[in-house]
Amino acid sequence: MNSGSCNGCDIEIIAALTPRYDAERFGIKLVGSPRHADVIAFTGPVTDDMADKVKRIYEQTPDPKVILVVGACGISGGVFHESYHLSGPIEKILPEAKCIYVPGCPPRPEAIIYGVVKAWEFLEGVEKK
Amino acid sequence: MTGEILLKTVLGGALITLFAIFFGLIFKGIDRKIVARMQMRVGPPIRQPFLDVIKLMNKETVVPENAIKWIYHASAIVCLASSAIILLYIPIAGIEPLLHGHGDIILIIYIFIISALAMVVGGFSSSSPFATVGAQREMITMASYEFPLAVVIIAIAWKLSEEIGGDVFSVYHIAQNPLWNSVGLLGFIGLLILLFAIVVVTPGELAKIPFDVAEAETEIAQGLLVEYSGRNLAMFYIADGVRTFAMASLITALFFPYNISPLLKNYISLGDFAIVTDFLFFLLKVFLIILFSVTLVRAGMARLRITQVVTTYWITITLIALFGLVLLMWDNQLDIPLPWVG
Repeated sequence: MNSGSCNGCDIEIIAALTPRYDAERFGIKLVGSPRHADVIAFTGPVTDDMADKVKRIYEQTPDPKVILVVGACGISGGVFHESYHLSGPIEKILPEAKCIYVPGCPPRPEAIIYGVVKAWEFLEGVEKK
Repeated sequence: MTGEILLKTVLGGALITLFAIFFGLIFKGIDRKIVARMQMRVGPPIRQPFLDVIKLMNKETVVPENAIKWIYHASAIVCLASSAIILLYIPIAGIEPLLHGHGDIILIIYIFIISALAMVVGGFSSSSPFATVGAQREMITMASYEFPLAVVIIAIAWKLSEEIGGDVFSVYHIAQNPLWNSVGLLGFIGLLILLFAIVVVTPGELAKIPFDVAEAETEIAQGLLVEYSGRNLAMFYIADGVRTFAMASLITALFFPYNISPLLKNYISLGDFAIVTDFLFFLLKVFLIILFSVTLVRAGMARLRITQVVTTYWITITLIALFGLVLLMWDNQLDIPLPWVG
């Protein structure tokens, strides 16, 4: 989900799905609805307008779930740090959520896939409990 | 006696359902792997669908606030159950099916409709606008592929009644008397055309690309299934695999009911392993049908629009199927022998 990012990270996420990187070899699939998702990828620093939508998407996803924060913006605000229209970063809006951070501006597709695999390992740990 | 029949039906039914779920998921995994290889990707492991189902079973099942709850839950169960029931009517590897009798091929078509209708009802009851659009699209698709499918089945049954007679609307009877053996040249071409028509109907029946307008991920956010999650979604996921397997088994029974053991008996003595070889050969046939009607089409084509789906089925495929029917009728009048027989 794009919460007010510059689209750089979104393009890198798409690159992670291309045949060259092939995220599906780990069983990672893009789904059309948050109800089917395990991991939600957020990009961007979360603008005032998007804060409510971020919460709603998070609540629509069934448990157990993990948030994948792609890019520096989601960690600290990145280049938009201390901008007047930000209510982010994500941990301020969803303090209870389990987040996996992928730093970079934008991060490389390898890093994004590595982040998803980390999220997946975390979810497997939850399942065992 | 009644107890024995009851036991046989219940036990056999449970066994066939497990068997269908297992192979449905395996074929789903193989399908994903082949599509990945065709796109120059590595692809997920073949056991991935099993992992997906286990994962979905462990997840929370969300029910939307405005949904009609009992229909919402029931439609997932009905979809899976009706898909599994189809397998009870289809002869697997030439073995007599558990339930059979006159007219069961018509019944099979109706059960296919029930499992699609269960998805439609589930979509409507989930109160999401995306699901409503998806459900309406699924109904339109259903109305358009039923006609060519009916033409194919009527053509086969009619030809069988002309050539051999007997209980022509029974799948087991059709499977025991393959039409390829009794037709002339025109009939042979007609059968090939009918086979093509049913292969094109298959992706529509199973809601696969290019006819997956009802479940279009990118347009209407997975359509029918948009609100489903957790255990209900797992049931729809399994039902999809079982339906694929059942549809491929139906085509096998209608068009390729041959067993390999009579052929192999000339070279080696198989003894009790004949049934095993037949079974493996049956799986191979099902795999080939899924490969040609689902996997290759899925990897090679894009999604059609809903109007294009209707035009394709109502006009193109129906005309092709009717032409096959006409060829089968001419075959009786003209009776040109096959050039490679005698």
